[in-house]
Amino acid sequence: MLNALQRLGHNTLTTLGYLGDASAFLVRVLLRLPSRVGEALQDFVRQVYSVGVYSLPIVIVSGVFIGLVVGLQGEHTLSQFGASSALGQLVALSVVRELGPVVTGLLFAGRACSALTAEIGLMKATEQLSSMEMMGVDPLGRIVAPRFWAGLFSMPLLVIIFDAFAIWGGYLISVKVLGIDGGTFWNNMQAGVNFHTDVLNGIYKAIVFGVVATWVAVYQGYACVPTAEGISRATTRTVVYASLAVLGLDFILTALMMGGW
Amino acid sequence: MTSQPSNTASTVKNLENYVTIEHLSFDRDSRAIFTDINIAIPRGKITAIMGPSGTGKTTLLRLMGGQLQPLQGDVVVAGQKINRLSRKELFTARRQMGLMFQANALFTGMSVYDNVAFPLRVHTDFDAPMIEKLVFMKLEAVGLRGAAQLMPSELSGGMARRVALARAIALDPNLMMYDEPFTGQDPISLGVLVKLIKDLNDSLQMTSVIVTHDVHDVLTIADYVYIIGNANVMGHGTAEEMANSDIAEVKQFMQGLPDGPVPFQYPAQDYAKSLLGTD
Amino acid sequence: MRQRSVDILVGLFVLIAVLALLVLALKVSGLTNLDSSTGYQVSAEFDNVGGLKIGAPVSIAGVKVGVVDDIVLDPVTFRAKAMVEIFNKVTQIPSDSSASILTAGILGAQYVGLTPGFSTQSLVNNGSIKTTHSALVLENLIGQLMYNLKK
Repeated sequence: MLNALQRLGHNTLTTLGYLGDASAFLVRVLLRLPSRVGEALQDFVRQVYSVGVYSLPIVIVSGVFIGLVVGLQGEHTLSQFGASSALGQLVALSVVRELGPVVTGLLFAGRACSALTAEIGLMKATEQLSSMEMMGVDPLGRIVAPRFWAGLFSMPLLVIIFDAFAIWGGYLISVKVLGIDGGTFWNNMQAGVNFHTDVLNGIYKAIVFGVVATWVAVYQGYACVPTAEGISRATTRTVVYASLAVLGLDFILTALMMGGW
Repeated sequence: MTSQPSNTASTVKNLENYVTIEHLSFDRDSRAIFTDINIAIPRGKITAIMGPSGTGKTTLLRLMGGQLQPLQGDVVVAGQKINRLSRKELFTARRQMGLMFQANALFTGMSVYDNVAFPLRVHTDFDAPMIEKLVFMKLEAVGLRGAAQLMPSELSGGMARRVALARAIALDPNLMMYDEPFTGQDPISLGVLVKLIKDLNDSLQMTSVIVTHDVHDVLTIADYVYIIGNANVMGHGTAEEMANSDIAEVKQFMQGLPDGPVPFQYPAQDYAKSLLGTD
Repeated sequence: MRQRSVDILVGLFVLIAVLALLVLALKVSGLTNLDSSTGYQVSAEFDNVGGLKIGAPVSIAGVKVGVVDDIVLDPVTFRAKAMVEIFNKVTQIPSDSSASILTAGILGAQYVGLTPGFSTQSLVNNGSIKTTHSALVLENLIGQLMYNLKK
């Protein structure tokens, strides 16, 4: 009994210490201002390429598939109530409010975040970060910060693109295949979707997910044990933690938003 | 043939010793790595720091470079206490230090040229043509000017080492530190490296510190030798003095004797007892 | 990768995202329809607006001619006052037209339907619709039905 209590206390303290370390890390990254802005911008663009552009194919394909499925499932259920005219609204709201931010967030955690952790971890294990430090360059500002800002910047863009392609997928299956009237589809959608409370809220979620997932990814890479095994464990941890964080935050944000802020 | 420096580092004039480590203590994971250790690195010479694995040789280099803070004591480089410097002062001080890592630590995302140019771009305001000249000069010195556009992944082990060396000397530092430069090199690369280290030290008038356990090769170029172990210095002197030393620890290391102060047998219970049971 | 190709592709990425955002804004949520400079204001008072929401369409003969801008409670008459915006291109709605709150389909959202009157005068900005039919309240309907059945 006492042993269990002791373990609980020890684990709590370790986790708190871990969170504290990660938070201090985040603050240091945020405060790093580049001394040569032109070079830093070029670096930022390169990171957006590797984090955002590389994620485009999986985001677009997943978006279309999600749209197709939601349209199919939705029509199946709505037609039982004779409410097929609401299909456009159903697809759009599901995608824009929830599926867009969350599915993109999970894809981002799996593809982009794991790559970030592996890259930074490998630089740590091959002592590149250490040698940079010895040359008087702060690896936090030079390596970590551009990747962090790139992740933060790319996530909302990816979500918007996912949303558009998912709705297009929903349109394809509903209008072209299942025969719902195009005009009804779009008009009811437009009447039911509010740009500010639905679309924009989804984008705010995307920003929050981007910050947290990227933070987990760069921290895990930076703090990993500098061996091959350490890197692989850190990469797995990134995917798990980032995914759970996305899902957990989604619930909290949805509750806040539905509660009417 | 002394086991402790006969004159403590602080009494020697700074001009003679480029680096002095004074009464330094350092711990890691509650294990004492160094306890009140004193080392003097003579200016303009090549000093080898040797010892069995795990005795903290690499840690010593990191302490010299200011990457680690000692628990007690000071690290004095060119008259400055490295461990007491502010971030900005440390940045300036590091301009005078070159460190060649055991793992090369070349930046994998950049070409050889960009790797060598990196410290120049960070610490100086030289324009591109000037940087180009300097980079080519350094690459020429290590014999790799033709490889400037290659990526690190395209280099052989020996070539990568030499690029790391070129990068470390890019700013013409006064102090060059080598962390296990000879480990895992084929005989030719080894020969090249030994020659380069010696030539660079003499032509650029640097102070070189080599951490290694390759006794044979380093002794051909080392002017002074320290052997560390048991959280302190076990012996120091010129290469000749060390080769002929009578100190048990030094002798075992220099001659590669399998048994001595560092025992062959890991501590275990009596052999006869463990074979025959409790007889 | 050469910096130039990287820059171009990142620029393309941002461009696609901007276009997608435009699609989401215009086609999906119908943002343009809320442009207030394209219409004139008319008010209508109802006993009960039921489930009528702000942004609900206003139609004549099933054709959308405006939107509901605001719904407020008149503090004097205690009736619901709906502020309706009619598109500028829809002119000459007779000033004696009536407004009813109707439901689109069975589960659909409620909207305001205008039935044209016979007056030669037209509705103008800040005008009001005098004849209104309130939303059907389900409980009242059921009560009426049960009463009739009992008879």
